[in-house]
Amino acid sequence: MLTPIQAVAAIAVMAVVTFLTRALPFLLFDRGDHPPKLVLYLGRVLPPAIIAMLIIYCLKGPLLALRDGFPHLLSLQAAGEWLPAFLSVLVVALLHLWKRNTLLSIFGGTVLYMVLIQAVFP
Amino acid sequence: MDRKSLAAAFPVTVPVLMGYLAIGMAFGFMLQAIGYNFIWAFFMSLTIYAGSGQYLGVSLLSSAAALSTVAVMTLLINFRHLVYGLSMLEKFRGMGLRKFYMIFSLTDETYALLSSVQPPVGVDPRNFYFSIALLDQSYWILGSVIGAVAGALLPIDTTGIDFAMTALFVVIAVDQWSAYKRHLPALLGAGVTLLSLFLVGAENMLLPALGVIVLVLLLLRQRLDERGTAAGEEETTC
Repeated sequence: MLTPIQAVAAIAVMAVVTFLTRALPFLLFDRGDHPPKLVLYLGRVLPPAIIAMLIIYCLKGPLLALRDGFPHLLSLQAAGEWLPAFLSVLVVALLHLWKRNTLLSIFGGTVLYMVLIQAVFP
Repeated sequence: MDRKSLAAAFPVTVPVLMGYLAIGMAFGFMLQAIGYNFIWAFFMSLTIYAGSGQYLGVSLLSSAAALSTVAVMTLLINFRHLVYGLSMLEKFRGMGLRKFYMIFSLTDETYALLSSVQPPVGVDPRNFYFSIALLDQSYWILGSVIGAVAGALLPIDTTGIDFAMTALFVVIAVDQWSAYKRHLPALLGAGVTLLSLFLVGAENMLLPALGVIVLVLLLLRQRLDERGTAAGEEETTC
């Protein structure tokens, strides 16, 4: 665990960087200048690419388990390394496509994941 | 700000009230689970104030990440805020000192409200927008403190609750998938990051992945940039 001072420093960095990302457009383009087309283009295409990147990052453990466990992926012990995460991601996506309710999707998927790793594949 | 604009803003913010109480509580709960109590939850929600950013913050704190990692990860996850600011330039003009707070508090939900609602007749638009922003953050702080206190009082096994962050990203991705005509950026992001995970390893996978993603997107600009073609010209589809 971090020391309290390290934790405060980490929180301060998060606060400053978050504020900077929100303030940057105002710092750069608030005098009526038009933002360069390249900036607008990246502003449109980068967000979906970055969210996809962060999903893969969140799933790095299960993905490595899939690669390293091949071809014995279906034993109970091996499946516990990757199946709960992928099953829960699938459920979140399907719930969200079906109901479009952010809270329901997050809550449903997270409870399923917790049950899977705590009770089904302990 | 006056009582009249607060009263006008409140009904508009009720959906955010429900959402922020719930997501904020989940945040407080997770934070308590890794050993940080409601005081930490309060100050994080007061000073950072970012839904997905604070979820990410929980895993950064629990993994004792280096400050440089904290900075890069926070930058990445908040990148979409750049787009929000661009479309709020006009709206925040002339707000004086309150403009700093408007910029600070420009979360996904507040952005969604500000870009869709109309101030009622007889209420100063600036007071109205400011009230919306202020109410939204107060819900978020309240939710996160309740969550942290509940996490301390309820002795349940919270193993796996950090999956809420993955779930949040999946929800954002599904929404983006429906909203965007082109799916190449999302597929590219996933493919390149997967390659980076296998080639570079879990520790340092993000920066090389981001570099390649930006490079490929720049190379594909002609194909992907629909506004690059003047209005009236035929759009190319891919």
